[in-house]
Amino acid sequence: MNEEKKHIFDNPANVKRVVRTLVALCAGLFAFDFFYHRHTEISPEKIPGFYALYGFVACVILVLAAKEMRKLLMRKEDYYEGDDDE
Amino acid sequence: MSSFHPALIFFVGAILVALVRGRLQAFLAVLIPVVGAWNILHLHAGIDWNVTLFSYALHPMHVDRLSLLFGYLFHLAAFIGLIFAYRAGDTVQRVSAILYAGSAIGAVFAGDLITLFIFWELLAITSVFLIWARRTPRAMRAGLRYLVINVVSGVLLLSGAIVHYHDTGSLEFGYIGLGSLASWLIFLAIGIKCAWPGLHNWLTDAYPEATPAGAVFLSAFTTKVAVYALARAFPGTEMLIYIGAAMTAFPIFFAVIENDLRRVLSYSMINQIGFMVCGIGLGTQLALNGAVAHAFNDVLFKGLLFMSMGAVLYRTGRINGSDLGGLYKSMPKTAGLCIVGAASISAFPLFSGFVSKSMVMAALLEEHHVVVWFVLLFASAGVFHHAGIKIPFFAFFSHDAKIRVKEAPRSMLIAMGIGAALCIFIGSYPKALYSLLPYGADYAPYTITHVLSQCQLLFWSALAFTFLKLTGLYPPELRSVNLDIEWFYRTAAPAVVRGAVYAVRAMRGAASAASLALLHGMIDSARVTFGPGGRQSRTWPTGTIALLAAFLLGVYLVLFYF
Repeated sequence: MNEEKKHIFDNPANVKRVVRTLVALCAGLFAFDFFYHRHTEISPEKIPGFYALYGFVACVILVLAAKEMRKLLMRKEDYYEGDDDE
Repeated sequence: MSSFHPALIFFVGAILVALVRGRLQAFLAVLIPVVGAWNILHLHAGIDWNVTLFSYALHPMHVDRLSLLFGYLFHLAAFIGLIFAYRAGDTVQRVSAILYAGSAIGAVFAGDLITLFIFWELLAITSVFLIWARRTPRAMRAGLRYLVINVVSGVLLLSGAIVHYHDTGSLEFGYIGLGSLASWLIFLAIGIKCAWPGLHNWLTDAYPEATPAGAVFLSAFTTKVAVYALARAFPGTEMLIYIGAAMTAFPIFFAVIENDLRRVLSYSMINQIGFMVCGIGLGTQLALNGAVAHAFNDVLFKGLLFMSMGAVLYRTGRINGSDLGGLYKSMPKTAGLCIVGAASISAFPLFSGFVSKSMVMAALLEEHHVVVWFVLLFASAGVFHHAGIKIPFFAFFSHDAKIRVKEAPRSMLIAMGIGAALCIFIGSYPKALYSLLPYGADYAPYTITHVLSQCQLLFWSALAFTFLKLTGLYPPELRSVNLDIEWFYRTAAPAVVRGAVYAVRAMRGAASAASLALLHGMIDSARVTFGPGGRQSRTWPTGTIALLAAFLLGVYLVLFYF
């Protein structure tokens, strides 16, 4: 293992670079809405950054709700096996 | 020129493949869809074979633009899958995969309900071996559950066909629409194979238990035949809009917390079929085109994702997110191809999902289904989250699980490469797919507005993932199972049956004990009365009898006078 070559994401600086690029891209895409008028079909679309905010909020809600679901639905890995072998 | 029935080539081919072994077998298997493609390219809309069997008019082959599109798709899927199985497959898997593909092709060219039923059941029977070929007790049981549920779907279809014939005097498979009992039976039969909410669990139960190559075939055929049948028989059925919307939304929650990455893909498959079902429910030309175009693309990108995860399973023997990570170091090509599939399913511009999913979205707004549109937009962000990011991230990046394996075999890389190339080709040059679509509708996916809003949605979803991951809010991958509808038939129903058996057994025990006690009581009391020394067996002196007779005579005399 010691001789193994360093891979790109073994260096934390590269991971940081990816995150920074993503943040910059997101900021840029958001800013676009102030310069370009999209051809909208429904009124919520007119809000600047509607799609950006919707995507962000949707994913946060999705993950947090799924996390709550775990409390109700999660069982041990062999949950069904115990029944089947009976 | 006269052509062969496209399914026949696969059925004959399967026999030939079964007769040979080794590399020749693997090579011959890949050749079959090629021969099939040569045949199907000579088919054209309007071909209709009539056979009269026991005075029933059957149409074993009926060709129109809808069936042709699915015919092309299934040949393509079989070709890619059999290349993938070149190294990893065995005789059982190759033969059943070829029969399975032939059944799917037969089903989409079926012009009557009986032919459809036959291929419908063959789909279930031929494909179950792709699960059983894993040869684990778990896979055996999952395969059996899969088979039972899919055969039930076929029985419903046959019942519907019989009632339909009784009602209308025709077995033709065309537009049916909801109304009669027959239509509901057929609707439900398709709904099971289509994995509607509540009827979906067979899919997420069985597909992840299949072999690496088996899951690739399974992901291509059964559900897409159901989408085809729905598009032919029930376009414009409003209920489907809401069923489809539910399908897009609920599985993504399960996908986020699921550990088995092929089960994550199974949930995301239901999510993608939801977009198609929704489009079929809308029933406009744009929506129907969108539904079938998305079915076409889904087979390619979902196949690609299942292939990449199959390659990971094949090389590492593991598929749980909690066991994997850092594989980009040893399987960089597989990682890259997986990302192409992930970008396609997430509908990034220039990838295939972008040009088809948006047709359904646009059609929803045209028909003013704003609430459903919001649900589907939520699901679009969600699919990127669980399939677009989660799959590649936890398999190939994340923390390094220190698994060092070889890159996927060359045949697998070729198969994934073809899939990835098609995803990018269709995404970048959508006209190639649009020209094959059954309904005339113009749609231009590449407008600035569309590209911009889709990029905003997706990049900000990625930002949400990064945010949740860095703040530690993102739920870790845990070795676990999550309860779903299957709990009712895997735990609750057996428990109820077991309980009933215990209750009956206990009641029978109590009843026999009680009746035995009663019997003993009767014997005892009989012994007391009639046994030795009992009252009835006592000998009485003659004087007592004479006295008793005199007394009775006296009573009689008294009664006579009054």
